[in-house]
Amino acid sequence: MARPKKLRKVINPPLIKGFRPIGQEPGKDRTPIVLDYDEYEALRLTDYELQNHLQAAVVMQVSRATFTRIYAAARRKVAASLVEGRPIVFRGGSVYFCSEWYLCSRCNCYFNHPDKNIPAITCPLCLSSKVTQCEEETF
Amino acid sequence: MKIAITSTGNTPDATMDSRFGRCMYFVIYDTQTGGTEFIPNPNKEALEGAGPASVQLVASKGVEKVISGEFGSKVKAIFDSLKIQLVILNNPNTTIAQIIEKFTAQKN
Repeated sequence: MARPKKLRKVINPPLIKGFRPIGQEPGKDRTPIVLDYDEYEALRLTDYELQNHLQAAVVMQVSRATFTRIYAAARRKVAASLVEGRPIVFRGGSVYFCSEWYLCSRCNCYFNHPDKNIPAITCPLCLSSKVTQCEEETF
Repeated sequence: MKIAITSTGNTPDATMDSRFGRCMYFVIYDTQTGGTEFIPNPNKEALEGAGPASVQLVASKGVEKVISGEFGSKVKAIFDSLKIQLVILNNPNTTIAQIIEKFTAQKN
């Protein structure tokens, strides 16, 4: 058996379960391409937030080389899905989810955000919106 | 909505306990009824695993948020999977009554 993978840190799971191509092609292969959660996170950090591989690897708590491998696999799968017209589903991966921490400037309390379905971030104690995101190691 | 607060004593004047797993008392405050329940912490003297055992205790009370001074690494992941929000207050001299007052002020 190959060496077990180190768990990759994913901050938020994707909001959607996947994608389906438009246009019916009865003869084509429609088995979905499975994108792991860590591959989704790699795409999100690099192509959406435009971080470089080193910064993104620190966020996901893996080495830069590992991050590059994850990212390359993600790009390859997305390209295959576009070219072959196959749907994408987000599923699986050696990941753990870790919510983000925020600091309320009014009452000086730290809190996290475990329920990803609620987008707005307000302080649970004083309901103020003056919250800043902070790194978990700062407190 | 129910909220758990770690406390050093079993009265509202007691200050918040800055540790979660080995705090003296848990206070369960219900924002709907305004009721407060003080529970002595059975895991205070536990050799190991006080954090996860305390998580089970507050989760069985059906709380949505937990307020304390710090949380150990073992408990953060469990709370994440239970979708319970954690709040950290840095001032150790905050009393239970002051914290409860912040929630009653929210209702108005």
